[in-house]
Amino acid sequence: MGVLLQTAVEIPSVDWGGLTPLLIMSGGSLIFLTIWSLLSDRLPSRTPSVFTSLIGVATMVAAAIQWGRINDDHPQGFSTLAGAFGIDGFSLLLTGLIGSAVALTAFYAHDYLEREDINSAEFFVLLMLSASGGIVMAGANDLIVLFLGLEALSIAVYILAASHLRRVESQEAGLKYFILGAFASAFLLYGIALMYGATGSTNLAHIRDSVVALEDRGLAFGAMALLLVGLGFKVAAVPFHSWTPDVYHGAPSPVVSYMASAVKVAGFAGLLRVFNVSLAGLAEDWTPMFFVLACLSMVIGAVVGIVQDNVKRMLAYSSISHAGFILVGAEAASTEGMSAALYYLTAYTFIAVGSFAVIAVVARRGDAATGLEDFRGLAKSQPALALGFTILLLAQAGVPFTTGFLAKFFVIGAAIETEAYVLGVIAMVSAVVGAFLYLRIVLAMYGDAQGETEDVHVPITAAIVVGITVVFTVFFGIFADPLIDLVRDASPVLVGR
Amino acid sequence: MELTSTWYLVLAAILFAIGAVGLLVRRNPLVMFMCVELMLNAVNLTFVAFGAELNDLGGEISVFFVLVVAAAEVVVGLAIIVAIMRRRTGVNADDISVLRG
Repeated sequence: MGVLLQTAVEIPSVDWGGLTPLLIMSGGSLIFLTIWSLLSDRLPSRTPSVFTSLIGVATMVAAAIQWGRINDDHPQGFSTLAGAFGIDGFSLLLTGLIGSAVALTAFYAHDYLEREDINSAEFFVLLMLSASGGIVMAGANDLIVLFLGLEALSIAVYILAASHLRRVESQEAGLKYFILGAFASAFLLYGIALMYGATGSTNLAHIRDSVVALEDRGLAFGAMALLLVGLGFKVAAVPFHSWTPDVYHGAPSPVVSYMASAVKVAGFAGLLRVFNVSLAGLAEDWTPMFFVLACLSMVIGAVVGIVQDNVKRMLAYSSISHAGFILVGAEAASTEGMSAALYYLTAYTFIAVGSFAVIAVVARRGDAATGLEDFRGLAKSQPALALGFTILLLAQAGVPFTTGFLAKFFVIGAAIETEAYVLGVIAMVSAVVGAFLYLRIVLAMYGDAQGETEDVHVPITAAIVVGITVVFTVFFGIFADPLIDLVRDASPVLVGR
Repeated sequence: MELTSTWYLVLAAILFAIGAVGLLVRRNPLVMFMCVELMLNAVNLTFVAFGAELNDLGGEISVFFVLVVAAAEVVVGLAIIVAIMRRRTGVNADDISVLRG
């Protein structure tokens, strides 16, 4: 204690510019909470939605400005806050993705919340708070910071999942997600503690340097397994996926939009940075674990998804299968694999937001009409919506001229390049099997409606969101170069203090 | 017999295992929360034991972060339970089964 008092406390230097995306997102939520609690009866009811979308866009802009800065001044990226927070292409790309997911989700959420009679302001505050946790995860250069980001992200999403008070399924989803999420966080934290014991630090740059020199790898190996359980849960990889179908089914559809995009991005940000960058020296130890996880996720996601009869559950299994494909890129443990995984995340973020926006609209009042039969005849009553959903589903299936095709192509290419032929073949087969899942939904939409169904009302905001995601998916599927260059430049680096 | 940090680490591992098994076996959400707390505190013990062994303050400081997160988690968890309790009489994980898991 005496030593502590005598030493002058050294305050780490803070690079405020590098933190702007995070500050905008978290500060935006707090400022909005204050403004709204004072002026809620004087401002138009759409204010929260528009404000949150603008904050999401501002976060993307701030990330783009920092992107220009690291390309000009720091070619490698840099770290701030005593090496606890890294700013590099990787963190900025994923921050931008989280910002875009927030902007798109918040934009159409207002009409959904109005339809469901939910008091809307808290929804948007929690969305922004959760996203700031995700941004912390994207830049975390320290395992404790990663844990704090993960918890900030998750705790807000637990509430969001349970926020539809008139739907029993919603609260049930919240409770299930909460208990299993807390369980997984405990595993992650135990992994962090063991890694700290093995290497003497929680800083990822320090861990990278010291794991290769370890004489006894037993403790680090156990830590790796526990870290993989915790992060595998967040990205919904089999065998840690059991919550996914239930939570996606029960949670309000805009929340699922956000979970399938931003939460998955944040989870993979942690996973890729911890394993592919910090623990790259132990790659031969963790690639077999990734191999098993990737195979199980792709196969089980595709096969079990086919036999579902609820579109939300089908897309939940499809998101499990997508997590498997991204893990194929991570398993390659190469630069190509990293770029492929980042490309997949970028493509899937937009596809997921758009797909669940369609589901939010088709679910009608009560958010319950998500069965396959509720989509029958949609092509007749809402041809444009059905066409947009068809394109997004075909992109998920990996049809050429969409980003979904290129995403699958790149991860399988990265696997082949590292001579993981078995994994490549399993990925191709499960992509073919999975295509049947999406075709079932498309066929239902273009079939005839059975009996009388309530008409689907498409709000203009949802139409715009679906339009943006479809245009993104098709445009970058045809003119692929800008996006490919972007993910190539977004390589992660670890800079110590 | 000297009480080395290994003893604390083993105790923490046992506590963590008890918490994990308890969470899987018990059906009352409140008890399940308690099991999560047990797991988190087992991790805290691990952090402190490693911190003492390495003669590094980082381990002890991590514990504060974990405590804060655990408190925040419990607040949200209890709020969700209360929201469910309003609609039904008992809280039992087996009764909360509208969604087929």
